[in-house]
Amino acid sequence: MKSKVIASNCSALRRAASLALAVVPAVALAHEETGQAAGFLAGLVHPVSGLDHVLAMIAVGLWGAVLGLPAIWVLPVAFPLVMAVGGLMGLLGVPLPGVEVGIAVSAIVLGVMVLAEVRPPLWLAAAIVAFFAIFHGHAHGRELPEGTSALLYSLGFVVATGLLHAVGIALGVAHRWALGRQAVRVAGGGVAAAGCFFLWRAIA
Amino acid sequence: MAGNRLKPNRAVALHVAGALLALAAAPAHAHLVETGFGAFYDGLAHVAMTPADLLVVVAIALLAGQRGTQAARWALLALPAAWLLGATIGTRFPSAAALPLLTTLTFAAVGALVVFDAKLRATSVALLAAAAGLVHGFVNGATMLPGGAGTLALAGAVAAVFCLLVIVAAEVTTLRAGWTRIAVRVAGSWIAAAGVLMLGWLARPLLTA
Repeated sequence: MKSKVIASNCSALRRAASLALAVVPAVALAHEETGQAAGFLAGLVHPVSGLDHVLAMIAVGLWGAVLGLPAIWVLPVAFPLVMAVGGLMGLLGVPLPGVEVGIAVSAIVLGVMVLAEVRPPLWLAAAIVAFFAIFHGHAHGRELPEGTSALLYSLGFVVATGLLHAVGIALGVAHRWALGRQAVRVAGGGVAAAGCFFLWRAIA
Repeated sequence: MAGNRLKPNRAVALHVAGALLALAAAPAHAHLVETGFGAFYDGLAHVAMTPADLLVVVAIALLAGQRGTQAARWALLALPAAWLLGATIGTRFPSAAALPLLTTLTFAAVGALVVFDAKLRATSVALLAAAAGLVHGFVNGATMLPGGAGTLALAGAVAAVFCLLVIVAAEVTTLRAGWTRIAVRVAGSWIAAAGVLMLGWLARPLLTA
């Protein structure tokens, strides 16, 4: 029975891996469409280049893991979509005051949520995450390097953000054990502390 | 005074014209990928190297797979057939544009439907697949012909669409575990989000001009 379950999980993992590969298109170097691979890789690397963004994304995943179902998937699904809207606003030149402050505050708020294991209603959790997603999208979604494919850059950016959420969720799995729970809370506290530093830097 | 009144109208007209141009913009500059294996494989590679085409096929496959076997079967018929029809029409308009706004809208919209796990009927999925196939097929036909593509290359493109659709839709149809279904929705959200950002990139030159 146990071996059946393991086999079923392996099969599901294989399917998920093949799906993920299908979703990430055209990363191979195309000699005709120059800049495609560079565009995707640039987008993939971009979110990782800013620690404030990285920590906030991981905190989204951690909070999702702390909240459990269905928040664990609602938050990572909602975030990229709303972040893209923020990016769209940035691209269209819609002004958004205090973007850096908003990003720093997002790390503080999300970190505190994880630290204190705050469990608001799902709609409120989604609204909080979506609100901060606007700032992250506005700040990061509009920096296209020269000569790269805008679509693949955007896709890489979104995928990297999603993978950061996945890292947070994976770390958050430890929440089901007593020691892991403490570790997750400490991680949330760390994100909040880093957010304070980012806020100080943004204001100073 | 009359001249002053006309100025805003003229500005609006210019913006409308700009928006219309954007709808039909981006002159066809795609070149056919040369695989060295012949025209059929060149067409196949063209789809593999065109992110908008890949994304729309994956998005349709995810949506059809979400809705079950019957919807997947309908999509399997509708998308490649419409793609071929669109490509055939597109070859008649080799100077037509790449229609980036329209192609982006199609995969973004389908991605959004995947996110919400929209409870569509099989026929609705087929209609969506047909509409997406017509648009992307038309662009394929219009852009591949100036690149030296013939009927065999178009057949290769349609074969690529069919194969990708079969593989992804079949996999999604068999998914039962809760988290795997969620992974499908996450993939949809990534596609939709990339589409929304792309819309911004397309609109940006209009606003900064």
